[in-house]
Amino acid sequence: MTWVRQLLAIDRRIIFLLVGAGAALPLLFPLNLPVAVTPRVRAAYDAIDALPPGSKVLLSMDYEPDIMAELFPMSVAVLRHCFRKHVQVIAMTLYPAGTGLGERAISTAAKAEGAVLNRDYAWLGYKSGFQVVMIGIGENLRGMYPVDFYGTPLDSIPVTRHVNSYAQLQMVINLSGSSAADYWIQFAQGRYHAPLVIGCTAVMATDYYPYLSSKQLLGLIGGMKGAAEYERLIDTFGDARRGMDAQSLVHLIVVGLVIVGNAALFISKRSGGDGGGPASGSMTR
Amino acid sequence: MRRGPLLLTFLSGAAIAALFFIPHYRAQAANSMLLEWTLVVYAFALILGSISLWNSHARKVRNRAEGWGFSVVTLVSLLAITALGVWKGVGEGTPVDWIYNTVNSPLASTMFALLAFVIASAAFRAFRARSVEATLLLVTAIVMMIGRVSIGELISHRLPGITEWLLDVPNLAAKRAIAIGVGLGAVSTALKIILGIERSYLGRS
Repeated sequence: MTWVRQLLAIDRRIIFLLVGAGAALPLLFPLNLPVAVTPRVRAAYDAIDALPPGSKVLLSMDYEPDIMAELFPMSVAVLRHCFRKHVQVIAMTLYPAGTGLGERAISTAAKAEGAVLNRDYAWLGYKSGFQVVMIGIGENLRGMYPVDFYGTPLDSIPVTRHVNSYAQLQMVINLSGSSAADYWIQFAQGRYHAPLVIGCTAVMATDYYPYLSSKQLLGLIGGMKGAAEYERLIDTFGDARRGMDAQSLVHLIVVGLVIVGNAALFISKRSGGDGGGPASGSMTR
Repeated sequence: MRRGPLLLTFLSGAAIAALFFIPHYRAQAANSMLLEWTLVVYAFALILGSISLWNSHARKVRNRAEGWGFSVVTLVSLLAITALGVWKGVGEGTPVDWIYNTVNSPLASTMFALLAFVIASAAFRAFRARSVEATLLLVTAIVMMIGRVSIGELISHRLPGITEWLLDVPNLAAKRAIAIGVGLGAVSTALKIILGIERSYLGRS
């Protein structure tokens, strides 16, 4: 049938338009779809919420702009929660291009919660070498970071003055879009037994479920959905909850396209066609 | 001729593995020193990487190879960012910070965002129920895609529960098996390298 063949050979630009509209419209006109909190994100929230005021946590924001849509709102939400609880944050990144993002996440959260540099948080900036830095912090924080990002010696910063290893930290939080999370589990938790919470991209999240059930992780925040759940828990409406509206609609469009494609294939085969041929050539044509 | 590198690999690998498990302060001091050496190696790797990047793109420009214009952009960017960083610093409000926020950050995000369009088009053309296995995968993917986003809860209150079960039971079982397999494989490969059984890293003789 001609219309089935035409449907199977639909111009990719029509699909692009549909996806573009699906992503843009909910951002312009928010739908405020509900966000249910999963046990993994609830566990991460509860672990941070249980920290007494004055506790110190190490927050490593190990990501670059390519995945900031998922991890930047997560960073802001976690930081805001820490600041609200008067938990002091020592923040750092293991990615050179993560420096600007980390700094922006901290300043956004600090502005929203009234936190002050060096009193409520310290920003150590970037240091190269995943395992080396993680083990180095376990042995001697000042060996890795003699000064903070702005050149201030750690002994002159109230937040870091009495911190020299994981032993003086109540928790390590890693927000990562790469294998950095594996190393934090191996070294910060495995070797130095630091309580650990991980936040990662949605596609990575299932890799860390085994560590959650083995109690090596206290909580896991996965992707934009996890960030949206965290925003709901701290009662804010940030980029993640806005983004989930767009993600919902785009998922719906992709599922609709897959169903339409399969239905067209089925009809084509029933009418004796070749189903539009195999899915050969460029999948992106 | 290969005895030297093999011996070095054996000694380094065995020493670092042993130091991980020895809590004595002298062993830990040696471990810390080796870690500091690693930082120096990282620094040299960065220099080596920059030189390699420069040579590779400079060759393209010299030979007017295909896409040599992009190589010019790479070289100019490398020089300009390095010079600005050294001259004006990299803190908030500096030119490097401005370039990062207005060029690097949006470009990297855009590249990743394009995936949504490509995946949607690819899913339409390639995600077909052509066999029982493909149908199973297709149905699971649809349930996951709908159940993991906010709209899934509106469609059916059971969908999020189903996706949680899929993640917690079949997915977790497979992930555990893969993790154990990868771990054993990594230990086996490391041992083969330390003991000199695996020598491909030395290159051809």
